[in-house]
Amino acid sequence: MTELTQKELRARVIQQLPLLVALVVLWMLLWGAISWLNVLTGTIVAIVVTRVFYLPPVELTGRFNPLWFAVFLGRFAVDLVVASFQVAAQAFDPRGVSRNSIIAVQLRTRSDIMMTVTSIAMSLVPGSLIVEADRMRSTLYLHSLNTRDLAAVEKVRRHVLATEARLVRSFGSKDDLRRTTQ
Amino acid sequence: MIPQALDPYLDAIAAICLLLGAFLSLAAGVGLLRFPDALSRLHAATKPQILGLVFIVTAIALTARSWTTLLALIPVLLFQMLTAPIAAHMVGRAAYRTGNFLGELSLVDDLEEAVNRASAESAEADGSTADAEREPGRG
Repeated sequence: MTELTQKELRARVIQQLPLLVALVVLWMLLWGAISWLNVLTGTIVAIVVTRVFYLPPVELTGRFNPLWFAVFLGRFAVDLVVASFQVAAQAFDPRGVSRNSIIAVQLRTRSDIMMTVTSIAMSLVPGSLIVEADRMRSTLYLHSLNTRDLAAVEKVRRHVLATEARLVRSFGSKDDLRRTTQ
Repeated sequence: MIPQALDPYLDAIAAICLLLGAFLSLAAGVGLLRFPDALSRLHAATKPQILGLVFIVTAIALTARSWTTLLALIPVLLFQMLTAPIAAHMVGRAAYRTGNFLGELSLVDDLEEAVNRASAESAEADGSTADAEREPGRG
């Protein structure tokens, strides 16, 4: 390992800290108890896991806006409930499934984490499924159930972009924020 | 912590949640049988189940009313929400690429263009079409 200056080392620790804390919290959740022994063993396990299964560090942006995140969560919950019952109704619909589409959506963000979170959010809502993600062009390809006409396709596209914008407002970088909200 | 008088109401809410969760799981099963191709079946297989699980976990939390149970339920939801989209993505991608997908049912297919473009680009680059299965945009 190359020599790191004090500053670089500190930056790296700060960057890894949210992940370590999340792993310790998960460890305590799995044990179902909060105790000092769990914090200690959790920290050891978290450090060993991040050392042994090394992955490129997740680049967090350092911005977090709880208000927009709450807006995102609320909207997500509503979408989840509405869409779940829509897909359920479609499963029982005697006429069967109408037309589906594979829709390319050009995202405006350039960060990997925003793209990942947007696709997870879209995937969790019934009726849309990520078939392919093109990281170089930041394009998502969604399979969407029940798109009767081109207007419905446009609606799905607008919905993805709106989800992206809400997520970027919650914890995207300043650069992404400028790109998505202009 | 929670007044005893609330018990019957909490139990009733838990029962409703269980029924809703069961209904969504049933719908997922019916959709799995009735939807026409692999990609639409994936919608049925992975989606209503997420909300179904949310309902069932809520029901368990409401009946158990203990912190230990609640703490154990959070990772259940968390892992399900993180892994289901990835599983759906992998299966969906494989289904599309192996042609397990009814093209005539689709209104728009933007991916076909992208795959063709990527194949053309890679064919140009190394003078063969053997790499036609490459990801779009990586050519």
